[in-house]
Amino acid sequence: MSATAAQDRWAEATQLRLTWWRFRRHRLAVVSLFIIVLFYLVAAFADFLAINDPHATDARRSFIPPQSIHLFDEDGFNPHVYGLRGVRDRQTFQLIYTPDPNRKLPVRLFTRGYTYNLLGLFETDIHLIGIEGGQRTDGIFLLGTDQLGRDLFSRMIVATRVSLSIGLAGVTLSLLLGIILGGVSGLYGGWVDTLIQRVIEVLRSIPTIPLWMGLAAALPNTWSTTQVYFAITIIISLIGWTDLARVVRGRFLSLREEDFVVAAELAGASQGRIIFRHMLPSFASHIIAAVSLALPAMIVSETALSFLGLGLRPPAISWGILLQDAQNIQVLANAPWLLSAAVPVILVILAFNFLGDGLRDAADPYG
Amino acid sequence: MAERTSLAVRDLAVHFEMEQGTVRALEGVSFDLHAGRTLGIVGESGCGKSVTARSILRIVDRPGRIVGGRALLDPGTTEEADLIAIDPESRRMRGIRGGRIGLIFQEPMTALSVHYTVGNQIIEAVRAHSDLSKAAARDRAIELLREVGIPRPELRIDAYPFQLSGGLRQRVGIAMALAGDPDILIADEPTTALDVTTQAQVLDLLRRLQREKNIALMLITHDMGVIAEMCDEVAVMYLGRVVEYAPVADLFAAPRHPYTRALLRAVPSILATPRQRLATIGGAVPHPGARPSGCPFHPRCGDFMPGRCDAALPPPLRPGEAGASCFLEVPA
Amino acid sequence: MLSYLLQRLGLAVVTCIFISALTFVIIRLPPGDFVDAYIANLTASGSSVSQEQAAAMRVEYGLDRPVIVQYARWMGRVLQGDFGVSMVWRRPVSEVIGDRLWLTMVVSLAALFLTWAIALPIGIYSAVRQYSIGDYVFTTLGFIGLAVPNFLLALILMYLGFRYLGLSVGGLFSPEYVQAPWSWGRVWDLMKHLPLPAAVLALAGTAQLIRIMRANLLDELRRPYVVTARAKGISERRVVLKYPVRAALNPFASSIAYLFPYLVSGSIVVSLVLGLPTVGPLLLQALVAQDMFLAGAIVLLLGVMTVIGTLISDLLLMWIDPRIRLEGRA
Repeated sequence: MSATAAQDRWAEATQLRLTWWRFRRHRLAVVSLFIIVLFYLVAAFADFLAINDPHATDARRSFIPPQSIHLFDEDGFNPHVYGLRGVRDRQTFQLIYTPDPNRKLPVRLFTRGYTYNLLGLFETDIHLIGIEGGQRTDGIFLLGTDQLGRDLFSRMIVATRVSLSIGLAGVTLSLLLGIILGGVSGLYGGWVDTLIQRVIEVLRSIPTIPLWMGLAAALPNTWSTTQVYFAITIIISLIGWTDLARVVRGRFLSLREEDFVVAAELAGASQGRIIFRHMLPSFASHIIAAVSLALPAMIVSETALSFLGLGLRPPAISWGILLQDAQNIQVLANAPWLLSAAVPVILVILAFNFLGDGLRDAADPYG
Repeated sequence: MAERTSLAVRDLAVHFEMEQGTVRALEGVSFDLHAGRTLGIVGESGCGKSVTARSILRIVDRPGRIVGGRALLDPGTTEEADLIAIDPESRRMRGIRGGRIGLIFQEPMTALSVHYTVGNQIIEAVRAHSDLSKAAARDRAIELLREVGIPRPELRIDAYPFQLSGGLRQRVGIAMALAGDPDILIADEPTTALDVTTQAQVLDLLRRLQREKNIALMLITHDMGVIAEMCDEVAVMYLGRVVEYAPVADLFAAPRHPYTRALLRAVPSILATPRQRLATIGGAVPHPGARPSGCPFHPRCGDFMPGRCDAALPPPLRPGEAGASCFLEVPA
Repeated sequence: MLSYLLQRLGLAVVTCIFISALTFVIIRLPPGDFVDAYIANLTASGSSVSQEQAAAMRVEYGLDRPVIVQYARWMGRVLQGDFGVSMVWRRPVSEVIGDRLWLTMVVSLAALFLTWAIALPIGIYSAVRQYSIGDYVFTTLGFIGLAVPNFLLALILMYLGFRYLGLSVGGLFSPEYVQAPWSWGRVWDLMKHLPLPAAVLALAGTAQLIRIMRANLLDELRRPYVVTARAKGISERRVVLKYPVRAALNPFASSIAYLFPYLVSGSIVVSLVLGLPTVGPLLLQALVAQDMFLAGAIVLLLGVMTVIGTLISDLLLMWIDPRIRLEGRA
């Protein structure tokens, strides 16, 4: 492409398109975007990907260590897992499960398992993988089981749904508050601005976790899982909006002075038109960046609250609830795989941070 | 010219390695500075004026890199030193910076740190180039402030930069440049940020100091008025090259390069008839990364000769000799 | 300068009032009032309370008055240092909290200083040597530091310590000092136990501060006054440390304003994992048992302490920035 053609392309592109071009150059951010999309896909198809019923308890399957799928045997490609054999430990009299190489259980695609509703469209019991035959205690436990004999892998997959959606819901709520209050603050200035800024300062100078704990602990025990879910979302976003409001206000303040806004004003454009047609598009990318940096904070907040036992309550499954089981060091010493729920938490936060960083860099296409 | 040559810059080339490719900020710049005389460097924004000043002091910021050329201090004497060959971090180069060559800045507000008093910042410069005690350095700083015409210097020395007016700040900047008693001063747009009366005072001050100390002054500006008032010789720069060099009177009387002519036409004249439109130079300075082929000025030149100007670079000027780097000067 | 000071002080007072109101809301949020909870508690332990006694208690505690009066009376008592009685412990709240509040502050402050001590030099290094291998290493570590929530880090360290070193990392005192009265030996013992929780708490903040320092310093390094300083002929080290680093310290100092609340917040959860004798575990117990006077006192005290910390950081900022000191503008 010739130099002038490239320049023309550059000059004609919209702000969001420019942002996208710049964003593509951040390798890490692109990889992170991919990972995040993957996570949300997992959340959408969680029940299909889950192998065992995440709620099904079985005392006989308590604390089974992680198993792996063997892809080959002497006959060539034949994915299978070993059946489990319970052996009583002579000293502690605990039942310890060890793989039994003599019992091979074939692993198959699209097997039937527990019934669920796929994407809210139709009921099915088809799962991505499963075993054929075997006894009641047999199953594929890729990440082992917890004390109640529930399959950790399936629980983690299903937890993705709650943990990620609560982040999205919280951020949406924060964004709404942030745009309205930040926008009012930045557009009108004066005492409204001063008041909102002071409120933000006050909110930011309060340690949030004790407050959340206080609010979350006050939720009535009688509330349903859904009610608690929404209440927690609101509690989390009550604090989270301040950062977004600051970003929005800062943008409005600087844009108000920009030539193109002044020009639009002089041309007689209405306030609404100026805001939605001229100002908003020019900082949409900043908002996207701020949102992707706010999301991980929301996810951590929910995880922390649930970890403390003040957030979502069983039977809801979130990463925080899974980690709650790992709180006790004695339990952890015997079943370290309970800590594996930390991996998706860290991965998602890392990905969102990289993504947000890349977006923030890209948000200033002319900078 | 009878005066001693203080600094001879030869074929200075500076490149910036950017993500988008190499930007050739300077491409073989040559000129001389003489004691007691003023060289004006003029050109539009982005033509490499400031980079020239920083290259001489060896404080070009990354990703800028000096890729060629020499800057000879005291050329032809036994003391001759090539600044480009000295390690920029060495004690010797630090002695030259501020000690032999002083630098005066455009923005008197941002060129001083707001966190220290002006006294602190001047005393630091004094002590960097002498063995004076703290008290003696303070006296010297007060003396410097008085020298640049700051009233009640013994009080002002404890002021912070934001407590002074723009004109006073620029005088502080000059005092700081003089702290190491240099014999070469580089003034990078020293009056651009000032109002007209203050501008005149600062220029007066520079002229007086030059006379008193026999300083070689390099004055970077885009203001043709300042050039006419202050300079002995002028170098016109365009896209990292000196395109014309001439004594100031000749330049104004008979500019030879089409770019110089265009610059002069763009100066408002008191003799113009009212409501007469001011001439502008068509187009803008091209992005240094997208340098036109041949003579870089040809897309904006009124005397563009197709097939010649866009084919090759006109021959560079011989240092110290008046002339223009243009094919109009070279018979075909 | 005075107006700046008064403005900050005023804001701190407003914040404290706001926190106290929130605390009051939290205390009142659970269904039923204090007397209901108290009676339930007594009934659970075998004794019974008549309706008349309950009504008398309500009058005594002013629970029959409008909410705003209750709030005012509660505030009045709090200002006199009376936080009420803990239902679970059957002792005055201030006695139950005891040293724990101070230990919370000690842990948070230790984390704050550790954050600075690490972030400052690394931030400077990363900015001055931008895009060097060291810069990349620190930036990557910083990202990971940001991404690992501190309670998870604590959990992982606990597990590793238990698994591979066979020791329990946690607590703030050795067993022989846990119940001991304060002495130099106990202080020294505390110092020895402090680094681990402080480091766990400091990690995320450090990562964040390194990024702030790096970004600010990179900004400052491009300013004309840096060129002025270089042109004076002083050494590069001196140029960087005296001028741009000094300027970049301002956002650094003002970072306490949000870092400190964040650290106090974090210390609650981390204390639970590491078993630190701070107010964290106490708060959780109180909330689970709906021991609202105790929980409210802890939330209020933490909030007020944080506001004081923030105020100190403002004063510090004022002291280091001549523009605010001399002209009262930021």
